[in-house]
Amino acid sequence: MRFANRWRPVPLLAAMVACILALSACSAGSLGSSDEGGGTTLSFLVDNDQSSLKIAEGLGAAFEAKNPDINVEVQTRPGGSEGDNIVKTRLSTGEMTDVFLYNSGSLFQAINPQQNLVPLTSEAWANQLEEVFKPTVSVGNELYGAPIQSAMGGGILYNKKVYERLGLQVPKTWAEFMANNAKVKAAGIDPVIQSYQDTWTSQLFVLADYHNVAAADPQWAEKYTAGQVKYAQEPAVKGFQRLEEVNKAGYSNKDYRSIKFEAGIKDLAAGKGAHFNILSIVLGDLAAADPEHINDIGFFGQPGDDAAKHGATIWMPPGLYIPKSTEGAQLEAAKKFVAFVASVEGTETQAKAFPPAGPYMIKGSKLPDDVPAAVKDLVAYVEQGNVTNALEFSSPVKGPALEQITVEVGSGLRSAEDGAALYDQDVKKQAQQLGLKGWE
Amino acid sequence: MSTEVKAPEAVRPAVSAPVQPAQKKKKSPYPYWFYLPAAVIFGVFFVVPTFSSFFFSLTRWDLSTWEFIGLDNFIQFFQEPALITGLRNTLIYAVITCTLKVVLGMLLALLLTSQILARGFLRSVVFFPVLVSTIGVGLTFQVLMDPPNGLINQALGVIGIEGPAWLVDPKTALLSVALTDVWQGVGLATVIFIAGIVSIPREYFEAAASDGASAFQRFWRIVLPLSRPAISTVIILALIGGLRSFDLIWAMTRGGPGFTSDVIASVIYKQYQAGFYGLSTAGNVVLFLLVTAIVFPLFRFLTRREVNL
Repeated sequence: MRFANRWRPVPLLAAMVACILALSACSAGSLGSSDEGGGTTLSFLVDNDQSSLKIAEGLGAAFEAKNPDINVEVQTRPGGSEGDNIVKTRLSTGEMTDVFLYNSGSLFQAINPQQNLVPLTSEAWANQLEEVFKPTVSVGNELYGAPIQSAMGGGILYNKKVYERLGLQVPKTWAEFMANNAKVKAAGIDPVIQSYQDTWTSQLFVLADYHNVAAADPQWAEKYTAGQVKYAQEPAVKGFQRLEEVNKAGYSNKDYRSIKFEAGIKDLAAGKGAHFNILSIVLGDLAAADPEHINDIGFFGQPGDDAAKHGATIWMPPGLYIPKSTEGAQLEAAKKFVAFVASVEGTETQAKAFPPAGPYMIKGSKLPDDVPAAVKDLVAYVEQGNVTNALEFSSPVKGPALEQITVEVGSGLRSAEDGAALYDQDVKKQAQQLGLKGWE
Repeated sequence: MSTEVKAPEAVRPAVSAPVQPAQKKKKSPYPYWFYLPAAVIFGVFFVVPTFSSFFFSLTRWDLSTWEFIGLDNFIQFFQEPALITGLRNTLIYAVITCTLKVVLGMLLALLLTSQILARGFLRSVVFFPVLVSTIGVGLTFQVLMDPPNGLINQALGVIGIEGPAWLVDPKTALLSVALTDVWQGVGLATVIFIAGIVSIPREYFEAAASDGASAFQRFWRIVLPLSRPAISTVIILALIGGLRSFDLIWAMTRGGPGFTSDVIASVIYKQYQAGFYGLSTAGNVVLFLLVTAIVFPLFRFLTRREVNL
């Protein structure tokens, strides 16, 4: 039984809470660009990752140039679960900015879109979206967001120079991958770079394995949402086991517990390590930091058991949303801005601001020719149709503690089976919070 | 800094206070509605949230809608895999920090009440870490404790010791945070001890000296018993601080690696971050009861000893 009645606090309390939140919202990382009198100011909240910030600022500037009477003010928030919390709190107190960037897929489902967001189904640009993206920002028949940034791949970035020198082939199965690792190790290079100081990076062996899970059982996501299949069972448990295997074989870099992903990607580019299981978005940072070596890096999907079904797991771009608290002139301006972002011109602007990590989700948009080699590898997977959306885009169920569990499995503190079972428990809370059937 | 706290009655129990004759209750000269502003603030910011949290701990809540689920949150919370580690770590952390703060604080206080050079300056130095923001301390020590590049291990390397991996090794992570906490908090304990020691009347020491008591005897027979009120204050403060510790741990390890340095408060915070508002509220109710259950009897015990003195 779910009581649909909204909880209405005493007006006095509400007013006080609102005051406090308004005060704290004022101080929350507003990045200058004051209101120059006249016209509309559109506040725009993004996470503080370099890629998001640069793209948001690039889009804002291009949009202002086209619409001199609208001023786009970019604000930042932390990423990760801290950011999730800020977005949820600001939405439920009506304190959200006029437009905001937030994940698509399972995290989008958790912000209660029907109640908090303006539906954008009837906007002209809605037909221009790639079909694969639409469900990740939709509830029922309503579409709530436009794609911002590019899609990205989750899988293994490898150093091509190391591969050349050691005469290795891109592996199509897990066994081949481990055989490559053995040769790399024999050559005195770290086979697999990991960076547990950024705990989220530890999840990739599990998350990027999803293409293999879906290849083994195409209905897996639906069954998973319904609570019928678990991570502790085949085929999904393999992701945890693969992470464990890498650790047991001693293939990780020595400092994997204390470095962040920026250091990891630099080590990969410098040839200190051969593989790095990560999201392709990190290539943008490397392109800026080390343009000389960016094209030494290639990409392949996390290999599974069956070479014939080899493919890659891809992540949909985040969405750009308008909260219900945006009204009047602000709403008009916000819709105009979203339409700009969801246009071919918008994607070109984004590509100039930050190198894309994969294809854009707007029909007719093209990637520039000078994208990093690893992105070209990823695009080849997409064009051949050998990609699967990550689980978080096919199922709303994602547990919050996965990154801690994978750190434990990847550091040898917990067995793969135990970790998978623990994650199943963690996920149950999320499913119950969402009120899904089959999880009581 | 005014460590020259002169009033013994501030630290000693008020046994010598003049006994008031049983007067008739005097009517307060102020009307009761003078209390109203304070009552409103107390009510809105303390009573209402406290009682609503008891209510929301029984619901599945997403800030706008709630569903009554009885005690499910508590059942779920006690099944939380990280909770057992969290509980154990909380107790270890509280005991380690409390013990070290009492012992080191007392040693420092003895040093800083003796006749040494630059006493005032040293007293300030010991107290300074208390004034620094905890998050700042956490981030600074995170850099200092970086295994290959941090200053601590580099310094150890110079004298030929390979330092531990501090925060990233599950065996030492919690201990490293606890030591940082002690570094930051020992100044406060020291100041309280100094106040306790300087308030002990000189005559006792003079009498002891004429009886030929050694330095250790003076400490054991005079300083320790007579600064017992200060000791119990420090124990209570340090223990409560240790039980509800969160900010330093969050800044330094986020409960990691994995779950190895989670404490109850960080377990609760993670539930909150994940949007399980009802569950995290239930966790806070449990923490509230736990702290009360440990500290209340301890407080009674320590204050009773004080009166018997």
